[in-house]
Amino acid sequence: MSLGNSEGGSPMGDNVAPVIQVRGLVTRFGRQTVHDGVDLDVRRGEVLGVVGGSGTGKSVLLKEIIGLLRPTAGRVEVLGTNMWTADSAARRNIQSRWGVLFQDGALFSSMTVAENVMVALKEHTDLEDCLIQELARIKISMVGLPPDSCSKYPSQLSGGMRKRAGLARALALDPEILFLDEPTAGLDPIGAAAFDTLIGTLQRSLGLTVVMVTHDLDSLYAICDRIAVLVDRKMKVGTIDMLLADTHPWIHDYFHGPRGRAVVKS
Amino acid sequence: MAAAGSGVIKTAWDGDHWLLAALGRWDLAGAEHLDMALTRLKPERKPGQVLLDLSGLSGMDTAGALVLDRLIERLRAEGETVAVVGATPAQCTLLRDVRRAVVRHPEVTTPHRPFHDLLERVGKGAFSLAEDAFQLLSFFGLVFITIARVARDPRRFRWTAFFFHLEQVGLNALPIIGLLTFLIGVVLAYQSADQLRRFGAEIFVVNLLGIGILRELGVLITSIIVAGRSGSAFTAQIGTMKVNQEVDAMQVLGLDPIEMLVLPRLAALFVALPLVSFYADVVGLFGGAVMSYGTLDITLGQFLRQLQVAVSPTTMLVGLIKAPVFAMVISLVGCFEGLNVTGSAESVGKLTTRSVVESIFLVIVLDALFSILFSYLKI
Repeated sequence: MSLGNSEGGSPMGDNVAPVIQVRGLVTRFGRQTVHDGVDLDVRRGEVLGVVGGSGTGKSVLLKEIIGLLRPTAGRVEVLGTNMWTADSAARRNIQSRWGVLFQDGALFSSMTVAENVMVALKEHTDLEDCLIQELARIKISMVGLPPDSCSKYPSQLSGGMRKRAGLARALALDPEILFLDEPTAGLDPIGAAAFDTLIGTLQRSLGLTVVMVTHDLDSLYAICDRIAVLVDRKMKVGTIDMLLADTHPWIHDYFHGPRGRAVVKS
Repeated sequence: MAAAGSGVIKTAWDGDHWLLAALGRWDLAGAEHLDMALTRLKPERKPGQVLLDLSGLSGMDTAGALVLDRLIERLRAEGETVAVVGATPAQCTLLRDVRRAVVRHPEVTTPHRPFHDLLERVGKGAFSLAEDAFQLLSFFGLVFITIARVARDPRRFRWTAFFFHLEQVGLNALPIIGLLTFLIGVVLAYQSADQLRRFGAEIFVVNLLGIGILRELGVLITSIIVAGRSGSAFTAQIGTMKVNQEVDAMQVLGLDPIEMLVLPRLAALFVALPLVSFYADVVGLFGGAVMSYGTLDITLGQFLRQLQVAVSPTTMLVGLIKAPVFAMVISLVGCFEGLNVTGSAESVGKLTTRSVVESIFLVIVLDALFSILFSYLKI
């Protein structure tokens, strides 16, 4: 699937090493164990879907990878950097190389869409204002928002448009990794399909590695190269075909349930 | 990151063709530098064709593509024929996307008219003020109609909620109000003692404290604290319920939000504020008495005797009569702004601030009106 991304010659040589490496991750809240020894490798240029039942800790895992939540035990490395042991300069470097789309966009409500996109550009680069504005306009156009939305505030946008605006902000710095938390939740089927297509297109043209937490079987079939399933506090990773053949009851029900079958038929 | 790999452009001539070779990484980090270099780029003589070779690129992101796009467009605008060669499919897609984005989102500049804008803002402000006042008034009306309805059928009154709020706004406010009015009594006594001593009229500190605290300060300070403490809480509580669609759910279930949410709060504050104001009066006078003893050697006995001479029960009643009115204003404004909250969490914060400012403003304005009324009635 990877397009032989031309950034292969980077000094880290991380086209061989996984972009994200999770080893022996354990998460406990009080007495409740959410993850118990989760291992995960995300390869450069792939789209990885993370699925699991409600309360299996998908979003928690995402938060631990992007450094918002400290795991109880285990190691998480993003682009070869452990976010919890790295110094602040290394952390900032990694933070400028990923983009995160939160569930409802998490746009800054006091700023317009264009300003939202420009925040990271202003913070992490020293480009001229006019170049920053042009880049922001391009990102907003790339995610398929009309030109007049640049000057709108998040409260004036619909849910789907807020997600697109959030995606534009996540893409502001041309990140290598894009994290998506339930990108199609709350969208109508047409909007959800359009969003899937958009992510697929952007992933190819920008050479992104995408990690998406989702419940949406259509998204899994449409754009994911591999799927990671959180079951029994552990992780199973594989292509759709591998998981379709899996005998674990939850995985079987997930892919062979009425909804799963409906997607396969279509 | 690595400066060694950052993007450069090399020029060469191949007969009639002007060759431009893009090398290295064209990304966000080097975009500024590249853009400056490219704007200076000009062929020394008129070329037959410009060939832009991207095969030497080790990477390109959106910023790099934009810079490249600007170069191509500028050269085309200058009448050159530009051909891009050696691009990978991904780079082609990216360039095409950027081109499309630039075309679709042309730069829009809104004309800046300072005077016009100022006038517009003033006009909008005036209209929204009038509208707010009107809406607040209609809300008052709605609440009084609901009160009349509940009065006919008292079983509808929510006693549990009433007592809960009575505790919240009354009992729980006692420590902070006691402390503040005590301190105000102390300060007032100290400052006036300093002035009155010059005339040998130290004992009149008691008159000043009695009239000042009982008529004005006790109830005013209490009302302002309660507006900040409970009025804001009303707005935040009801506003959060509004955000969670709890208020909608009530309406759908046939429950009247005014009856459920507004009346218990209104009644609780209506009962609590006069009581708390009385308590504030007592504690304020006590603070004054302590300070009078400390600085002027006026004993508690002397203080009380002088207080009896200086003030009559009317003085205190004139102060306390205002409390129920202030209570209504604070609770109605608090609930009104709470019900005004729209979908977002941001508006809860905004309207909470507004409710506090509005209720303190109204309390002070009403206090002034009461003063005028009382002087007219010669009380």
